[in-house]
Amino acid sequence: MLWEINIRPAAGQPDRVAERLATAARDFGLANDLRVVSARGYLVEGDTLSQTMVETLAAELLVDPVVERANVRQVASIAVSTSGISDGATCVTVLLKPGVMDPVAQSALAASSDLNIHPAAIATARKYWLTGASDAEIKALGEKLLANDAIEQVYYGPLELERLELGRPYRFDARRTPIRELDDAGLMRLSREGQLYLQMAEMQTIQKHFRDLDREPTDVELETIAQTWSEHCSHKTLAGRISYADENGERSFENMLKETIFAATTTIRQRLGAEDWCVSVFEDNAGIVRFDDEFNVAFKVETHNHPSALEPYGGANTGMGGVIRDIMGTGMGAKPICSTDVFCFALPDTPAEELPPGTLHPRRVMHGVVEGVRDYGNRMGIPTVNGAVYFDSRYLGNPLVYCGNVGLIPRDKSFKQVQPGDLIVAVGGRTGRDGIHGATFSSAELTSQSEQLSGGAVQIGNAIEEKKVLDVLLVARDRGLFNAVTDCGAGGFSSAVGEMGEKIGAEVHLHQAPLKYEGLSYTEIWISEAQERMVLAVPEKNWKAIEELCRSEGVESTVIGRFVPSGRLHLYYREHCVADLDMQFLHKGRPPVVRKATYAARQSRPLNLPDKENYTEDLLRILASPNVASKEWIVRQYDHEVQGGSVIKPFVGVANDGPSDAAVLRPVLGSRRGIVIGCGMNPRFGDFDPYHMAASAIDEAVRNCVAVGANPARIAILDNFCWGDCERAETLGGLVRAALACHDVSIALGTPFISGKDSLNNEFSYQTSDGKRQTIAIPPSLLISAIGQIDDVARCVTMDFKQAGNVIYIVGETRNELGGSHFALVNNLTGGTVPTVDPQRARRTFAAVHQAIASGLVRACHDLSEGGLAAGLAEMAFAGGLGARVAAERMPRAADLNHSAAILFSESNTRFICEVEPASVKRFEACFEDPTVCQSIGSVQSNTTLEIGINDRPAIAADIAELKRAWKTLLHA
Amino acid sequence: MVRPRILILRAPGTNCDSETAHAFELAGGVTELMHVNRVLEKAARLRDFQVLCIPGGFSYGDDIAAGRIFGSQIQHHLADTLKEFREAGKLIIGICNGFQVLLKTNLLAATDGAGPKATLAANDSGHFEARWVRLVSQPEKCVFLSGVEELELPVAHGEGKFVTRDDSVFARMSGAGQFVLRYTAAVGAHPESAIRNSQSEITPSVPYPANPNGTRGDVAGICDETGRVFGLMPHPERFVDWTQHPRWTREPARPHGDGLRIFENAMRYFN
Repeated sequence: MLWEINIRPAAGQPDRVAERLATAARDFGLANDLRVVSARGYLVEGDTLSQTMVETLAAELLVDPVVERANVRQVASIAVSTSGISDGATCVTVLLKPGVMDPVAQSALAASSDLNIHPAAIATARKYWLTGASDAEIKALGEKLLANDAIEQVYYGPLELERLELGRPYRFDARRTPIRELDDAGLMRLSREGQLYLQMAEMQTIQKHFRDLDREPTDVELETIAQTWSEHCSHKTLAGRISYADENGERSFENMLKETIFAATTTIRQRLGAEDWCVSVFEDNAGIVRFDDEFNVAFKVETHNHPSALEPYGGANTGMGGVIRDIMGTGMGAKPICSTDVFCFALPDTPAEELPPGTLHPRRVMHGVVEGVRDYGNRMGIPTVNGAVYFDSRYLGNPLVYCGNVGLIPRDKSFKQVQPGDLIVAVGGRTGRDGIHGATFSSAELTSQSEQLSGGAVQIGNAIEEKKVLDVLLVARDRGLFNAVTDCGAGGFSSAVGEMGEKIGAEVHLHQAPLKYEGLSYTEIWISEAQERMVLAVPEKNWKAIEELCRSEGVESTVIGRFVPSGRLHLYYREHCVADLDMQFLHKGRPPVVRKATYAARQSRPLNLPDKENYTEDLLRILASPNVASKEWIVRQYDHEVQGGSVIKPFVGVANDGPSDAAVLRPVLGSRRGIVIGCGMNPRFGDFDPYHMAASAIDEAVRNCVAVGANPARIAILDNFCWGDCERAETLGGLVRAALACHDVSIALGTPFISGKDSLNNEFSYQTSDGKRQTIAIPPSLLISAIGQIDDVARCVTMDFKQAGNVIYIVGETRNELGGSHFALVNNLTGGTVPTVDPQRARRTFAAVHQAIASGLVRACHDLSEGGLAAGLAEMAFAGGLGARVAAERMPRAADLNHSAAILFSESNTRFICEVEPASVKRFEACFEDPTVCQSIGSVQSNTTLEIGINDRPAIAADIAELKRAWKTLLHA
Repeated sequence: MVRPRILILRAPGTNCDSETAHAFELAGGVTELMHVNRVLEKAARLRDFQVLCIPGGFSYGDDIAAGRIFGSQIQHHLADTLKEFREAGKLIIGICNGFQVLLKTNLLAATDGAGPKATLAANDSGHFEARWVRLVSQPEKCVFLSGVEELELPVAHGEGKFVTRDDSVFARMSGAGQFVLRYTAAVGAHPESAIRNSQSEITPSVPYPANPNGTRGDVAGICDETGRVFGLMPHPERFVDWTQHPRWTREPARPHGDGLRIFENAMRYFN
């Protein structure tokens, strides 16, 4: 029997879900007069349940009687869904599709036994009673706002269900996929229709391999190869052969990443010699650097773009969960200490009618992504401390979601080594049908059909499961109970076991893996990307101890196989061998990808500057522009202080609302040593030249860290390339060009790359109403994330002005670089020169600023970026609640820089504003070898006016309250 | 000086345990982190401790409702043990999720014939929020707040709106002096202008975000009749060091964070 419990706010309590839905329906233009009543519901199944038992369950467990009321009925009994609640309304029920993770239901089921009630199954539901909308409008609401088809199903009218569908028993069925006789067209069809997403040469290699073996592959063998060879897992394009040509001539790479980004790190490490503070770079799940005598720190940033496009909440949620697992699976397991998140969305005010088919509205994507990241990070108890949001219409259909995580790991636990004979132990969540084909899907282009094709690629996370795994993992690590650990990410067991067993061999008994429900085939078990699973390599003698430890905290652990020194991957389902692959072929057999890359320099065009007397209005518009405006409504939803190490928070200043340049935390309570986290990204500069975009992003990430006090000699960085389809030579050309900049600037600054990831094929294709195929490619988007260190956090500075009378300095040269600037953006200007980096000079400037901060000579420091000098001064003034008066022409500037707009808004790199007490002025200036790089331009005022003059004429004058108001306009976008 | 022993009771999803232990250690205590399963196996383990602390986090994911499942476990399996613990003159503190858990047991506001007296409902903003608040306390009633008049602490929760079953419950609890910690105006921006709120107010008297969740009477923390059981939404363990304050780079330094005094009071109680 199936029972339905509907829980509604008690009389006098607000129905916020209903309020939000009515507002959203109006905002999206779906229904203007919608009236909504909402309930959260549970469906409870069990043949032995009585009405009284279900009522007890509701009263004792599910309802908060102070603010809620419950209504219990048997499903399909008369007029369940409307009576007494909202007469005449249309009832809409939203249920998760069978097999989608439902953590609340699992918890409810477990807690029922405390009441001595034992349902067979529980599912959660959401219910809405809608009036004031037509049937068609209600249908549209269902599709666009109430449910996401990728994971949920909608029932209109009274619910008619007899049982909760779970799984059906699986009957073993060995499947082989004929490949030996296929022609080229057949191979490509198999690649596409089987969602393998491999290329012709790769399919031919597989075909030859099986012809040589004189047999057809099993389905799971083919899937395993496709996963291992996917762009997502092997980075075959960037680590492949590329012949590149630009205005400087041609260059061929055997392995592009190795010869640019990795090479820079190698050069820096050699230069450091015995002082090398890099520990593990580009080999493990995350890059590792030295922190103090006891600990190292690990840092990784991942993207989860395609899943977030289809299901923003689940995609971002599991993106965060996945990168946290990366850190848990680094070395012998690191403890996650903070997270970062950077998002790229289309503009939130995009008209709904302009959306291509198959896309979600950018505002819905944004809210879903923010909530997804929030719920995973907060629940895990990991502070989200740093991030950014960028808007560009080209992210429509293909938003970007970068999630990063930092871990703390004892120095002697930083490396792992699987031993032959170790047991393969799966720990954590059970395996279900979620996330099938995630690895191959993320390597394909998104289309308006992706939702139908790849619904299974969407996963829903359960952060508490992962927290439980983390709790036992760190204990097991410290007790030395395992030899190696890795996470189940894209590719599931397939890639985790495949990687760990690459050098040895592995034998896996798939039927032993614990399942969420019956009915999974051996292939589904092997490639499922169900979340919250880790794989350990456990010496047999320690198995009992691991099992005991896991059980003591309610974590499931299961032996699923053994690392056998066979050099082969053997998969079994009961007595049947379903795969027998040569590890050598699997990991080294992929034919090299050979790509052409070209870069044609863009013709530079002048930017025609308007002649104006006063730029106050431009400053207000820049402050209110989406990229610059306050993201407080997002950031405050993240717990940025859990774990207790917070030193510099995302918001600083007299009213806790000024934008901090970087985050600082003390990962070891009781120690004064700090970690500094910053980032840099400039997609708009990439339209001019990806080289300068990359150089600027590195400069920005490093200067953000330096601005709060990080030692520039101990900053490490990460690259995350999100690009369009790199089979196009010119798209790949831009990427190579960016990588060349990474190489050059990294070496010059002495700032090593320690880890990176790429996500290619970020394009969205659809058919227009007249049947034409349209493709939107994202702008080249390179995120640089930086992790710095500071000896004593008490030396940190924040960006808010502190004291009237203090002297304001500009450090760094301003050039006529308004190309791609926010001044150009808000004025619809094109052309101009994009900011470049002089890395040798940047290195000296960073060192000097650090010396000044470390000597306690700087009261406030802010890096200059979007909006240039004017925006930087405005932020420092309103954050500090103090005015300022400056003569901007006194700034260090290039000889040809005279135009007021460029003085005020140029976005030249390597610049800081520093606030210095009059008594410290001499010592501050002495920190700079080159006195021309640092000039005083004015002072902090006790009033509340920001006055920026140029050559004795006022260029900007505004009250700081007005500036702050403009900057906060996007609040609750 | 006696070093009291503190049990930091954790459950799946507890995540403020380490920093809470650190705060108690700074205050002079000896802490032990223990999984609730160990206590469920052997309730007598509690007898070794003078203070029980339920720290913040998302116990059991806050599935169903914040603190519901952990609270229900305690209520069903440990009610007598904890009653005995309290009656032995020992101390109990629940922070954030721990407060939500305690409120779902009978330790803070006992259930009567008409059901539970109070709950912590969803914030008026409808979502989780992290921000700093300014608080005023009633130092006489609650052991943990002895000598504390004002303090600044961070909050980080989605369900922190204190709601009583009806106005008479509110009046009774208020009259009994149980509302020992309240949000007050001027979230640190202008500390000198902090406004004291009156004890009898039922509606929020300070506006959002100074009252971060729309809670009735600006209630941020309550104690039981004995003053030895204390639940609060703000996180005292996140402000034991001056560099944890959001404006430490611009205000005169204090030797410790305000939150440390709550832990020190608990230690002093046993000396």
